[in-house]
Amino acid sequence: MTFFKADGLSINFGGIRALDAVSFDVEAGQIFTIIGPNGAGKTTIFNLVSRIYDPLQGRLIFRDEEITRVAPHEIARRGIARTFQNLELFEHATVLHNLLLGRHAHKRSRFVEELLFLPRVRALELEHREAVETVIDFLDLQPYRDSLIANLPYGVRKVVEMARALCTQPTLLLLDEPSSGLSVEETDDMAFWIQDIRTLLGITVLMVEHDMRLVTAVSDRVLALNYGRPIALGTPREVQEHPEVVKAYLGG
Amino acid sequence: MRFVFKTSYTQDLGLFRDDVQRNCYVVLLAGLVVLPWLIPNYLVDMSLVLIYAIGGLSLMVLAGYTGLVSLGHAAFLGIGAYAHVYFAQSLGLPWLVALALAVVLTAAAGVLVGLPALRMTGVYLTIATLAFALIIQEVFTRWDRVTGGLKGRAVDKPVILGVALAHDAAFYFLCLAVLIGGLWLTSNVLRSPTGRAWIAIRDSEIAAQSLGVNLAVYKTMAFAYSAALMGVAGALFAHKVGFLAPDIFSVLLSIQLLLMVVVGGLGSLHGAVFGAVFVALLPVAISQARDVLPAWIGGAAGVLGPQAGTAVFLGVDRFVKQPGLEPGIFGLILVLFILFEPLGVYGRWLKLRLFFSTFPLYKRATFRRQKSYMRSERLR
Repeated sequence: MTFFKADGLSINFGGIRALDAVSFDVEAGQIFTIIGPNGAGKTTIFNLVSRIYDPLQGRLIFRDEEITRVAPHEIARRGIARTFQNLELFEHATVLHNLLLGRHAHKRSRFVEELLFLPRVRALELEHREAVETVIDFLDLQPYRDSLIANLPYGVRKVVEMARALCTQPTLLLLDEPSSGLSVEETDDMAFWIQDIRTLLGITVLMVEHDMRLVTAVSDRVLALNYGRPIALGTPREVQEHPEVVKAYLGG
Repeated sequence: MRFVFKTSYTQDLGLFRDDVQRNCYVVLLAGLVVLPWLIPNYLVDMSLVLIYAIGGLSLMVLAGYTGLVSLGHAAFLGIGAYAHVYFAQSLGLPWLVALALAVVLTAAAGVLVGLPALRMTGVYLTIATLAFALIIQEVFTRWDRVTGGLKGRAVDKPVILGVALAHDAAFYFLCLAVLIGGLWLTSNVLRSPTGRAWIAIRDSEIAAQSLGVNLAVYKTMAFAYSAALMGVAGALFAHKVGFLAPDIFSVLLSIQLLLMVVVGGLGSLHGAVFGAVFVALLPVAISQARDVLPAWIGGAAGVLGPQAGTAVFLGVDRFVKQPGLEPGIFGLILVLFILFEPLGVYGRWLKLRLFFSTFPLYKRATFRRQKSYMRSERLR
């Protein structure tokens, strides 16, 4: 079975080729990291997977099904969740509300039932709440349940966004720079959580990351991109020592 | 300061935060029920407050919760009003059936406006709804057979299930019941997945989408629900004004409706009601002030001498009788609110409540928001 496969992805922005025939496979249970200098096209890959952009060429396969043309809101239902590089939380809502929104892909109540708040809606809400509470316990967010996002420090928001993605109960989690803006300690916590997400929850992780310490600590496989082209693929050590990668980062 | 000790998840599902809050609302309701006996002369104005509150609820769902600002809600009010009167009086349908049909029709109009709105955001959407309102007003003027055109159309008193609501108090209670019903339905939706999806669309469309919210479906639903509520308000409004003419449903009314939710406080149901109280009662307050203010100020100035008193009296009298004073004051208040209290009357109310519950430890910084610079680039 193919768990996740990107096959020859290409996309243009105006005259710029942001991605040029990028192909890679992610096996179930792996932590797969994409690295590369700024503007290499890392986040563009994420936006292609979450169907915000349409690829010019290439295909995306997820669990043996092609998702290249699936509607963006369908992606969550198929089991792919993501976080955003600069956070896209619902600022004027509480942490609990944000996490409950993570349950939207599992919504089963109809509008008319909700208007009257029938017992079925109540029961479903309690079910959602329990799923959310599991994630809250997993990521130690108990003190923040009722705080507004706007009042939280950046580090906590970052965790809340990851929690929201986990609430969708994904099989593939896309993390866009999980350590950006975090302190050294917070980054260490993040590394443990990413490993726990894989080993305890059995979720495959595809991430974009700059912090090589974090990448080396958690990744099984690493793909290096430069100017939209894949330049190296392998274990963290192999990729780090690859001459093309060294050249891309250091020049020369 | 009260703290709610939570021991069960169901506590977060209730309509009220705790028993104390519920009791406050019960007291408020009791006050509203005895109101007709306390101020019998102002019942018509109070009915208007309640009707406006239903309208405010409608616009609050769309602008305050879904983030879609509409300047065309007077059109929905008009469609509800005309449709209801047409069904009830021209077709002779029972009152409740006419109301239901009018609501369905307004909701359908909401879907019609909502569909093109899916491709528009922000100010473009607002302009589109404004255009819609202008077109609909023109339809009201031209479609003589249904609307009576410029000659207008008289509206009978409502007769519900054979009971004629001839008295002002009866109509007041009808409006109160409808408002409470509207508040109940709306808060039900807002504590359900659909309401959360609306809030998600308001705060970040891109994140909402990646969590599985179908933007097209939920935006259209918000439009339809908002329009339906406005349709109900329209039907009651028709009975309140007693005579429908196209010029009632002008852009100015749309602006007034929007003003209501902004002044009340965007993003809270309280705000819709506060705003309605404000917008409906301000004209009453101004006309009262017109009568008493010159004498008061003149009397106060009278201590400087009888001539000064008369001069001040005449000056103030001339000032308050200026035409256009009302829109001027409305505009001034709107500007002041946006400058000093973006959270509206409801925000001010929250601060006042916190001040008293934490006295003397109130800190002004409690409500200060950190500026956020980190928003990822909008993808369109």
